[in-house]
Amino acid sequence: MATGTERPQLNTGVHDTTRAAITARHLRTDRWWLAPAATAAGLLAFVIYSTWRAFGNAHYYAAPYVSPFYSPCLAENCEPMKGGPNLEIFGSWWGLSPALIILIFPLGFRMTCYYYRKAYYRGFWASPPACAVAEPHKKYSGETRFPLILQNIHRYFFYAAVPVAVILTYDTVLAFRNSDYEWGHMGLGTIIMVVNIVLIWAYTLSCHSCRHVIGGKLKHFSKHPVRYRLWGWVGKLNHRHMQLAWASLISVALADFYVYLLASGVFDDPRLF
Amino acid sequence: MSASTTPTQSTPPSSASSTPSPATSTTSTPATSYEAKFKVWRGDAEGGELKDFAVEVNEGEVVLDIIHRLQATQASDLAVRWNCKAGKCGSCSAEINGRPRLLCMTRMSTFTREETITVTPLRAFPIVRDLVTNVSFNYQKAREVPAFVPPPGVAAGEYRMQQVDVERSQEFRKCIECFLCQDTCHVVRDHEENKTSFAGPRFLMRVAELDMHPLDAAEETGLDRKETAQDEHGLGYCNITKCCTEVCPEGIKITDNALIPLKERVADKKYDPLVWLGNKIRRRTTG
Amino acid sequence: MTQLEREQWDVVVVGAGGAGLRAAIEARERGARTAVICKSLFGKAHTVMAEGGIAASMGNVNSGDNWQVHFRDTMRGGKFLNQWRMAELHAQEAPDRVWELETWGALFDRTADGKISQRNFGGHEYPRLAHVGDRTGLELIRTLQQKIVALQQEDFREFGDYEARLKVFQECTVTSVLKEGERVSGTFCYERESGRFFVLEAPAVVLATGGIGKSFKVTSNSWEYTGDGHALALLAGAPLLNMEFVQFHPTGMVWPPSVKGILVTESVRGDGGVLRNSEGKRFMFDYVPDVFKEKYAESEEEGDRWYEDPDNNRRPPELLPRDEVARAINSEVKAGRGSPHGGVFLDVSTRMPPEVIQRRLPSMYHQFKELADVDITAEAMEVGPTCHYVMGGIAVDSDTAATPGVPGLYAAGEVAGGMHGSNRLGGNSLSDLLVFGRRAGLHAAEYAAGLTERPALDEGQIDAAATEALRPFGAEESADGGPPENPYSVHQELQQTMNDLVGIIRREGEMEQALEKLGELRGRAARAGVEGHRQFNPGWHLAIDLRNMLLVSECIALSALERTESRGGHTREDLPGMVLDWRRVNLHCRLNDSARDPAADPALGRITLSRKTTEPIRPDLLDLFDKEELVKYLAEEELHE
Repeated sequence: MATGTERPQLNTGVHDTTRAAITARHLRTDRWWLAPAATAAGLLAFVIYSTWRAFGNAHYYAAPYVSPFYSPCLAENCEPMKGGPNLEIFGSWWGLSPALIILIFPLGFRMTCYYYRKAYYRGFWASPPACAVAEPHKKYSGETRFPLILQNIHRYFFYAAVPVAVILTYDTVLAFRNSDYEWGHMGLGTIIMVVNIVLIWAYTLSCHSCRHVIGGKLKHFSKHPVRYRLWGWVGKLNHRHMQLAWASLISVALADFYVYLLASGVFDDPRLF
Repeated sequence: MSASTTPTQSTPPSSASSTPSPATSTTSTPATSYEAKFKVWRGDAEGGELKDFAVEVNEGEVVLDIIHRLQATQASDLAVRWNCKAGKCGSCSAEINGRPRLLCMTRMSTFTREETITVTPLRAFPIVRDLVTNVSFNYQKAREVPAFVPPPGVAAGEYRMQQVDVERSQEFRKCIECFLCQDTCHVVRDHEENKTSFAGPRFLMRVAELDMHPLDAAEETGLDRKETAQDEHGLGYCNITKCCTEVCPEGIKITDNALIPLKERVADKKYDPLVWLGNKIRRRTTG
Repeated sequence: MTQLEREQWDVVVVGAGGAGLRAAIEARERGARTAVICKSLFGKAHTVMAEGGIAASMGNVNSGDNWQVHFRDTMRGGKFLNQWRMAELHAQEAPDRVWELETWGALFDRTADGKISQRNFGGHEYPRLAHVGDRTGLELIRTLQQKIVALQQEDFREFGDYEARLKVFQECTVTSVLKEGERVSGTFCYERESGRFFVLEAPAVVLATGGIGKSFKVTSNSWEYTGDGHALALLAGAPLLNMEFVQFHPTGMVWPPSVKGILVTESVRGDGGVLRNSEGKRFMFDYVPDVFKEKYAESEEEGDRWYEDPDNNRRPPELLPRDEVARAINSEVKAGRGSPHGGVFLDVSTRMPPEVIQRRLPSMYHQFKELADVDITAEAMEVGPTCHYVMGGIAVDSDTAATPGVPGLYAAGEVAGGMHGSNRLGGNSLSDLLVFGRRAGLHAAEYAAGLTERPALDEGQIDAAATEALRPFGAEESADGGPPENPYSVHQELQQTMNDLVGIIRREGEMEQALEKLGELRGRAARAGVEGHRQFNPGWHLAIDLRNMLLVSECIALSALERTESRGGHTREDLPGMVLDWRRVNLHCRLNDSARDPAADPALGRITLSRKTTEPIRPDLLDLFDKEELVKYLAEEELHE
């Protein structure tokens, strides 16, 4: 990324010669490193887990549940899922895990998300590590240049995230079947899928780009009462964007892991009815 | 009742009356006072250091009270900026235990009695003396943001705006210009050289405020506040790490309500071909 | 000493609050090169503390409002002592001043039809206060500040220099108005940051320095309110008017000590808050004066019904005028029925559910939560009277804001006297700033433009001002007895003296005592010494400001002793009634000879008092009132004139 990792020089930033001569990089006495460390650890754990699962190309379907990592499944090498999200757009030439095709979109959505940006700029790039803690970089150009200027395409990932969420909703509906594809049944997996899709939608709709598109771009709310009301609702969700980002990240991993456990035969889905 | 006392320095803080009631004088004796350890940065552009002080603290006091006590008893020339002492003017900005804060809004009760409290000047601006810094950067940036453009042909008294349309800008106008956000923002705090090209959260928020003002006519005069936000005020430097929001004593959601919406508006103008095309077509058809 | 930096300007405005900035904008727009000089940073003035709103009879909420009604309310509030022409101009021009703020970018709260919303306030017959939540003062300051920046941007486009025609000297103090003969020739100033002296050469000076609250121990005012403008005017030879009228707001915070004096807004009581003493009694029912008996509830039940049904019930006595409530609280505390920290209890927690309190009084909820760690939804607030505003001030011409006898010297805002008579209505201060700030700027600019030559600077005055300002550094060498004094101690004693002896309730003997004490403090202030150097040295700044506070305090004590009646912000325990004959009497304070003689005995007073009879109120303005009302205020012979 655009920020390097040079050692701090004594005459820059808080050590600039015009500023109060204080040698410490920061004087914070609280555990300021905890939040970025926890963030980095959490994100790293997810990256490792999802990489393993995405490249795994196995154990992603256990009727009637499909892992959200593999939905929609866009290649011919996908497992057939009855009534499920098999959309063989990519044909047979695709030999890798079909998850890699679709994961680009949610991954891009989250990578360019305003919350995740904060999280990884702080957690991974220490830019800044925490408020009023000097960052270890000599130069900083933020999101003014390539590649970080590409963060501005966040809205396109939002547009893409909506149909993905629609398909995952469809998957959730399919989860109200039993393993023989008979309707009107529920298992533990159904509950997990429902929780996951609710969180996915909440996270998607709480996105800052969504808030902008739905009404934030307007100059006169009074002339668009419906969009104003929607903007208000999205705003309420948006307050919780960080919490929703983590909750949906965890839920999507859990949903996938649950399917993995079922598909690999660790245990059977406890059926409710 | 009328026997009045000549005031002396030893009188405990009394009420508005001339003779404190017995109840007053007994309960206001500072039974809960203690001696706190302070480190206060003293110095000027030539250099300086953290000086140790032991100073009395009474119940209910804030850090600014302690600084004032230091002035009155131990260091009469200790420089500090302050004014209203009620969190409304934004003068007494400093850093307490390394965090940008208002001295008047930091209660002593938030620290333990054993803790050493470190008070330094703002570390993003040039030092003047002790706790006072040169904040002219902010006034320079304020001048670089083009002012409100009144709508042509609308006389004073004829302005009509709906409450829902002014509320977003009103939130930003709660700003007391304490410049804590400007101080904490790593873009300039950690990179002096960015000061020329970056207006800082407070003044990017000012751009957002004007862009959301229901009657601002900048666009009619050919001034596109979205374009200039990116090109002249350095919005792109912001990496939305939210320290400005964290330090804002007014609780303004600077990042979520001003900077990110402004980034989205910039994206409309500069990075979204669809919106750009749509506007082009609409302008052609309506124009 | 004489090689000081000098700059030439047409108009110098001292003070960057609402009045100062409005004056500067007007002067600059009239073509005068204008300098603004202020003690704090630009935009930090005490005006930001104003919460309620700006009174202007725009009639947006009730179309029955007009300037005549506003004029009437203002005169009643001031007990007819107001300089009536000021009250007239103020009522007439306030709406235009508010509307023009919108063209500079101000965003007031709105009515349903998109106009500026207006709220009710004590003493105003109709909803009249334009407001932005409870931060109207901040909006006012920020709007004026941004207008100044807009003008500077114009100049930048034209001349390539932001400060070509309008410059703000922030964190600078004026210690002397310089004169050539009778006329103003400039100001002597120092920069707080560096301690450097400089001179602004200008034929017109507008004083807009605000009030005097820092002479009192318990005050809602900030450190800047040291009566600088009052003292500068006195020293320049202009008189101060009716300085005995000091408004004590009944509800200031009393605990913790760090926030003692900070205002608790009137709307707490307006929304249902009640005052109780330590016995839990709503004592205000015992303090309704006879003249108000018919208008206020006699029982708690009736008072409580008023909030819901104001048409069929009388209002609770907690909503009596500020002076009445302040006196009642004072009496309760004195009788030993006060709260633990010397106030009384103001309670909303038992009156409204927590969520209603948080919705209606958000800033008070936060103020107590953050400053006092008190949750007002769960426990009562402790409140007591706090010094809030001075109605008295520099005597000015109503139309031009010019001071009599000193050509080129103008005053506007709180520092100017007359407008509010003996008591100010809430909301009238912000409109006062705008109306008379503009007039001062206008006439100062016209005066400067009308001169054929600039008054010359007098080097002797500059040297004397520099010597005076540097005196605290050489205090230990002074031979006139006693060790150097700590300026902070002198200040604390001054505040205690004024608070205790010339405070909210006054007695002849105490005020005499105060004058004596002021003499002693004058002597000690002359010996006030400071250590360190001139760079941003607060001890030094205070030592310089002491002169101003002592002069102003003497004016207040002398005038209060002289006025043998109780009226508005002046309450004499020994003389409780209003005396009609006093209505026509203005008290003028001027500097006397001992003030001009550095060697004079400190014990000798510096101020001479004189009585002036006011101009009769114009008949068409008198006609706005009922005869029955006028007889309560006007002496017999005035009615027949």
